[in-house]
Amino acid sequence: MDMNEIKEIFFQECEEQLAELESGLLKLNDGDRDPETVNAVFRAVHSIKGGAGAFGLDDLVSFAHVFETTLDCVRSNKLEPNQDVLKVMLKSADVLADLVTASRDGGGVDEGRSRGLVKELEALARGEMPSGGASAEPAKPAAAKPAAAKAAPAPAVAPTDDSGFQPIPFTFDGFGGEEEAVMAPTTFEVQFKPRRELYAKGNEAALLLRDLSRVGEMSINCDTSALPAFDKLDPEEAYFSWTIAVKTNKNEQDIRSVFEFAEWDCDLDVKVAQTVAEDLPMVPVPFDLSALDDDAGADDGNDGAEDQTVANAVSAAETASNVTKLAAAAARVEKKESQSAAAAAAAANAANAANSAGQTIRVDLDRVDRLINLVGELVINQAMLSQSVIENDTTGTSAINMGLEELQQLTREIQDSVMAIRAQPVKPVFQRMSRIVREVADMVGKSIRLVTEGENTEVDKTVIDKLAEPLTHMIRNAVDHGIESPEKREASGKNPEGTVKLTAKHRSGRIVIELQDDGAGINRERVRQKAIDNDLIAADSNLTDEEIDNLIFMPGFSTADKISDISGRGVGMDVVKRSIQALGGRISISSRPGQGSTFTMSLPLTLAVLDGMVVTVAGQTLVVPLTAIVETLQPEASAIHSFGANQRLISIRNSFCPLVDVGRILNFRGTQANPVEGVALLVESEGGGQRALMVDAIQGQRQVVIKSLEANYTHVPGIAAATILGDGRVALILDVDAVVAASRGQSLRQDSGMKSDMSLQATG
Amino acid sequence: MSYAGKNLVQGSRELIAFRIGDQEFCVNIMSVREIRGWTKATALPHSPSYVMGVINLRGAVLPIIDLSARLGMRKAEPTQRHVFIVAQVKKRVVGLLVEAVSDILTVTDENIQPVPEVSSELEKQYARGILAIDKRMICLIELDALIPDTESEAA
Repeated sequence: MDMNEIKEIFFQECEEQLAELESGLLKLNDGDRDPETVNAVFRAVHSIKGGAGAFGLDDLVSFAHVFETTLDCVRSNKLEPNQDVLKVMLKSADVLADLVTASRDGGGVDEGRSRGLVKELEALARGEMPSGGASAEPAKPAAAKPAAAKAAPAPAVAPTDDSGFQPIPFTFDGFGGEEEAVMAPTTFEVQFKPRRELYAKGNEAALLLRDLSRVGEMSINCDTSALPAFDKLDPEEAYFSWTIAVKTNKNEQDIRSVFEFAEWDCDLDVKVAQTVAEDLPMVPVPFDLSALDDDAGADDGNDGAEDQTVANAVSAAETASNVTKLAAAAARVEKKESQSAAAAAAAANAANAANSAGQTIRVDLDRVDRLINLVGELVINQAMLSQSVIENDTTGTSAINMGLEELQQLTREIQDSVMAIRAQPVKPVFQRMSRIVREVADMVGKSIRLVTEGENTEVDKTVIDKLAEPLTHMIRNAVDHGIESPEKREASGKNPEGTVKLTAKHRSGRIVIELQDDGAGINRERVRQKAIDNDLIAADSNLTDEEIDNLIFMPGFSTADKISDISGRGVGMDVVKRSIQALGGRISISSRPGQGSTFTMSLPLTLAVLDGMVVTVAGQTLVVPLTAIVETLQPEASAIHSFGANQRLISIRNSFCPLVDVGRILNFRGTQANPVEGVALLVESEGGGQRALMVDAIQGQRQVVIKSLEANYTHVPGIAAATILGDGRVALILDVDAVVAASRGQSLRQDSGMKSDMSLQATG
Repeated sequence: MSYAGKNLVQGSRELIAFRIGDQEFCVNIMSVREIRGWTKATALPHSPSYVMGVINLRGAVLPIIDLSARLGMRKAEPTQRHVFIVAQVKKRVVGLLVEAVSDILTVTDENIQPVPEVSSELEKQYARGILAIDKRMICLIELDALIPDTESEAA
């Protein structure tokens, strides 16, 4: 994986973030004042900024930083996001998208526009309402839109259109017609040598030259020296090349834009001519352009080319930037189409590279997923078949039984192979991190070494894709806040060079990723104070060290004294936690003052299957995710203690743990079960704290395929999903956190989005 | 009554008739995917009384609705002879528990009589017309009205 590939991933992520940003802003615009929406918008900009910083895209970083600062004001309720404010923000989002596109595809953006917006954003951050400058602005995008819309079909059609040359519509938009100050024309020397592909794609050199003639006064030299004898002539080969001197008051960009759709298929060199056209080394060949012209009217309009104004050049540049913007917009609306357009654009570059890469194929993920689903069905069906054969077969030695055993083996192998298609090593993600460490360390003036271990640990592709973002946040936090400055490290007798260690390993069917720094560890006193200042906890609350450490996962929490370019707005850790939870994972922190902190993430290897314990509750079969279970035990009557009106505690090795009757909470039975007759599953829930879940019996442990309940029904409180067991019946997968939250007296019907926050607050 | 009026402008149609208790009902055949024999459903916690649970339909999780309870009659006591009508309702696929499928009817709109004015809310909500066939009375019901858009009441 080289740098470009890594960058490409960043740009793909930017695309998502920009979409998120826009939808969030639009929601705000519609009057949504949910703090989570503001947070989402803020995170999107923050993530773009972070990534851009790693790649040294300075324009993007500086703009995103200003944007972020203003959004922070909205987030902290200093700035009311009214219509006017949002107008500026939506425009800023557009500019941000432009900047991303410009960073990816090269080219520039309208500097005036971004600079104007920076000023407006800064004004907003200072608490000033949008002024006249803002009201004047909207005219521009509105005016620019039709032009962009007109240009729309061109990029998609032109390169592949074999019906003939597609006129470039937007070059004419630049010809405003105002005749004001005259700029001294410059002479450009254009070297144009078409390749055979140019003709093969239906472009025509003569028509390109005609278009070029519209840019300014020109003289053409045709080099025919490459033309072979007639009998050796290949009719499809390109033999001619041209040297053109163009006298125009437009810039190089305008000249290049004439060749826009042909530039991959020709050698094009545009430079300011040092000498005048007469000095060209070749014999001028008379070239009658008017013979090609079927509509003279178009040319008439260009007679005034010398009178073109500076403004025209600017507007042409703007048109060009609109095209890039349009490309971005098209990407959002019609992803497929833009992909093909982008593919066409990259085709020339990729053509060479493609030859060497024949070892792998790219397969649409949907196809793989369908295969995985089908194999899941196959496994279930096979289990059902075996079961019924066993029930009906008394001898037990029939050929059917042997065949079935082989079938079982085969299906298991198929399942493993299919899962392996999606499994990929975490290496690419780890590699991205090393650069982030370097960059961030440089920026904050620290010297830090990243040690990675277990890069070849394989995990499902979806997990890898979603891992990058939280990991980036954590690495940045570790470098920026975790590791002390070299001076401080030396003062405390440590190696001035800090170490960040990133490890991946498989552990009991999950992937465990550990991020360890040898920094100062969490300053619990400051974390606690900060939480009190931010109204996250009560001033007199009594928290354990672990609970204090966990406070850093709360939204809006930051211990950094100053806001930096890198991290420290407290968006990091709550995002991390949320992303990890969304993947069905858990994150924990352990920190020792003076010796550093360790973040441990435990994630499922795949999102399609789950290791579960199959249990019986009130006659119903349930699956409890194995990851939630700490231990199972058979309660004795002497260990059960009543507590209050209807609570019961179980004593486990001299500590007391609340008993949660799953059957009662899920409404499967009306009365409390007798704990002595059942089994207790000791589970650890979000926000720490253990609970003993009471079930009637344990049937066994099994890997199950996760099925959605929402597809045909709706979300069921207390239930995470469904699965199908070997007997073909549906079993429900328990949502342990929801059940534990319900046992704390919260309603099971609560919106699941609020759940994790609430349970955290309950411990705080 | 607006639905009965609307029906009059349409041509002939096919309906599937089925029995619940001593009453007969029918639904538009276009919404029916298949008929399946009864299997035991897995109960869902905190579900409305008419949701019997979920079954496995070739790998998909299919909610089962006790049509008898849904229509306000007493809860069904399912036996092996009961069947599920697997129907597409809007974007969801659900199984409807009925006693037996009795007939496939081809009717024109003239055959469909308006629902008489009765006090029962349920009839007003789901019934779209009444058919008289061979001295039997068959009630045409609208499935879309049975299963609300957002299953908020079920949640």
